[in-house]
Amino acid sequence: MNLLAEPSIESVVIVNESRRRFLQGVGGLALGVYLGPALAEGAAAPAAAPAAAPAAPGAPFVPNAFVRIGTDNSVTVLAKHVEMGQGSYTGLATLLAEELDADWQQVKVEGAPADTERYKNLLFGIQGTGGSTAMANSHAQMRQAGAAARAMLVAAAAQDWKVPADGITVSRGVVHHAGSGRKASFGQLAEKAARQPVPQSVRLKDPKQFVLIGKAVARRKDTLEKTTGRAIFTQDYKLPGMLVAVVAHPPRFGAVPKSFDAAKARAIPGVVEVVQYNPGDPEVAAGVAVLAKDTWSARRGRDALSVEWDETKAFTLGSAQILEKYKALAATEGLVARKDGDAPAVLAAAAKPLQAQFEFPYLAHASMEPLNCLVQLDGDGCEIWNGEQFQTLDQASVAKLLGIAPEKVKLNQLYAGGSFGRRANPHADYLLEAVAIAKAARDKGVQAPVKMVWTREEDTRGGFYRPAFFHAVEVALDGAGKPAAWRQRIVGQSIAHGTALEGGMVKDGIDETSVEGAADMVYDIPNLRVELHTPADIGVPVQWWRSVGHSHSAFAVESTIDMAAAAAGQDPYEYRRKLLGKDARRKAVLELAAAKAGWGKPLKPGAAGERRGRGIAVHKSFETYVAQVAEVTVRPDGGFKVDRVVCAVDCGLAINPDVIKAQMEGGLGYGLSAALHGAITLDGGAVQQSNFDGYVPLRISEMPAVEVHIVPSAADPTGVGEPGTPVIAPAVANALAAATGKRLTRLPFDPALLKQA
Amino acid sequence: MMTLNINGKDVQLDVPSDMPLLWALRDVAALTGTKYGCGMALCGACTVHIDGQAVRSCVTPVAAAVGRKLTTIEGVGADKVGHAVQAAWQKLDVVQCGYCQSGQIMSATALLTTNRKPSDADIDAAMNGNVCRCATYVRIRAAIHEAAKTLAA
Repeated sequence: MNLLAEPSIESVVIVNESRRRFLQGVGGLALGVYLGPALAEGAAAPAAAPAAAPAAPGAPFVPNAFVRIGTDNSVTVLAKHVEMGQGSYTGLATLLAEELDADWQQVKVEGAPADTERYKNLLFGIQGTGGSTAMANSHAQMRQAGAAARAMLVAAAAQDWKVPADGITVSRGVVHHAGSGRKASFGQLAEKAARQPVPQSVRLKDPKQFVLIGKAVARRKDTLEKTTGRAIFTQDYKLPGMLVAVVAHPPRFGAVPKSFDAAKARAIPGVVEVVQYNPGDPEVAAGVAVLAKDTWSARRGRDALSVEWDETKAFTLGSAQILEKYKALAATEGLVARKDGDAPAVLAAAAKPLQAQFEFPYLAHASMEPLNCLVQLDGDGCEIWNGEQFQTLDQASVAKLLGIAPEKVKLNQLYAGGSFGRRANPHADYLLEAVAIAKAARDKGVQAPVKMVWTREEDTRGGFYRPAFFHAVEVALDGAGKPAAWRQRIVGQSIAHGTALEGGMVKDGIDETSVEGAADMVYDIPNLRVELHTPADIGVPVQWWRSVGHSHSAFAVESTIDMAAAAAGQDPYEYRRKLLGKDARRKAVLELAAAKAGWGKPLKPGAAGERRGRGIAVHKSFETYVAQVAEVTVRPDGGFKVDRVVCAVDCGLAINPDVIKAQMEGGLGYGLSAALHGAITLDGGAVQQSNFDGYVPLRISEMPAVEVHIVPSAADPTGVGEPGTPVIAPAVANALAAATGKRLTRLPFDPALLKQA
Repeated sequence: MMTLNINGKDVQLDVPSDMPLLWALRDVAALTGTKYGCGMALCGACTVHIDGQAVRSCVTPVAAAVGRKLTTIEGVGADKVGHAVQAAWQKLDVVQCGYCQSGQIMSATALLTTNRKPSDADIDAAMNGNVCRCATYVRIRAAIHEAAKTLAA
């Protein structure tokens, strides 16, 4: 995904970093690599004088922006990407520690602060985490950072021992010179290493020399903290004198507070202040906040509030009305996102084209940690603690609200208790809200740091959902049963429209996130047309949700191709294979999943009355290829269980195989949760769900057994956080069709449609 | 002032008796390992033990814990079963975002305390109240079996 934004947003300098250019020197074996600015800086040395500044005794050795080596022998990796479960801290540390030759046990990870120059995402040009790019953008950079630090440790040892540097080896955190028998730990060399010049180029390892990358030794760095209750999330972070703010949000999107009565709220012990606030962005909720000494008092205060809302600009349509609008739009021609041959002409001439319509609801991210943000306003500065996913844009948005320079907005990184895209909000919505509350409190003389915490109800009803979509697909088959023509009309709100990202992500009216996964289809279809309608009059705030456009496009494409195979009377796996001649990696991952799942071998029959089936789907997203085979058992009443999923993944070089497996397990679990239960629905503009009773999550009893197989690869590593998610819904729908003969095209699935006649 | 016995120590907390135990632990006793997820006993992130029983602290008034032994994620490792569960979680790298895992570990510990050899069906029944949005369920299941194996050895 390309997040290049217009440079017009104040003070945000967006640079188009060419990925190809960045990587061009890294493909071969152990070649010299020029170090960019973030690497060529020593501890306090300006870039103009590339030598690490002499450090005070006991001070850590800081060879570059990504690592700190303490005299206590600790190696601290500074992670430029948030850890929200996807394993980024572990991955970044693995890459750096590999080239540093550190012992994995001595490596710690710390979240880097906001600093676009040093920590920008090299694929985005801004600092931020998303699009499954943490490894893809930084693998060479982190390896170079480790190699540079290693070179300085070696140089320090050579100088100290008066031996040639090329006779020195480093292994598991020990620097060793065989000739003299001298040995030292990183900690012992730290002070001397800090006085070494920063190397202008470094040699990277031959992959055959890897001891951490691709190995089982590099285990998750956050496991201990997260199994002992010691991990600190925003929900847990405390400052002296801090107040907790619980908010009253408008009942409909676009409404604002007219007046409020806080008398009862103020009577609650612990309540300190009640403020009305408006973050100043029409997409971001304005409301009333109760500030109290603890969360419970703030919550009670909020519940005792009486607020009158001005709903003149509120959005008042319901989900059914939105769907009707979308269906009407799909009957008309949209903007063309892909055009090969002449699909309309072939379809018009076809006797009976296959037709399918797919419906997708709004989806909430529903992270386990409801949204929150801690703000301290101090003079003309602002300091924020957050699981921070979009540093550069958040700094700019907060700075604009406060009328200060972006560098006056300090962002501190904490663990995020999930996110699935939600904390990368192009409007910086929840940060703006927290800052607006702190500002309103300060205007009333309350100077305390303020932590805004949404309840589960606010988190569910707070908008910025995966947009609802409607896809209408028509396919004509040729005499051999292959698709001769395919027309797909997609209808749904744009995520990028009206944000700072519009300039980079919307081309000729087409938001790439609306059509990705369909417009880039690789099935061998001579006449292919993908069209898009982007309704602009739907006032529901929308945002990316794990796998973004692929979360709907993969379902439409992979269900339709299965229907085409059925119409042609062909095996759905073989049918796909024949149509994937243009994409060897997609074909290989499909074949691996099929082979490991025992495709073609009969399934063990279910109990009396139970129907069983197997389905397959394959999709590429975020440059990673995933195929899944799902096995289902359907009861006579239509209720069903996904018993087993076999997943194959090709994400290039596997940096942490166990993290990749975990992301496939969890990613498909997240997708399955949405496919089985996920729906945010509106009635007269009001969201009908509020907690986990209405917005139902997948539970352990519904989780299938999962097997993950990784395609061995030396290609550049790509992401794994999202690509497991979009494949599961079509794999399950295809399995249900195989088991029952019934095709489900609406998400979430309605088991009543599978009831035995 | 309420006196609670938390992780083997008596602690004095200046809280109203109807404050949910969750907030007394997190905001007053500074034990933040126990998490808020839903406030309605729907997700299990707030699970603690009262006299060894798993309870949802978000709907349990602090008064209900007075005079009883309260165990949180910060103290569960002192218990043989709790320690085995944490070790299994660490061995299998169960966690992803980690926010729900305190509650998962507390529920798993309560299960293994009464059932030393749970089947998959037993695990599903005992753990169905604990939501994990990262869907680490495959590993939760495996880690409970792993802990059961350790405890049987």
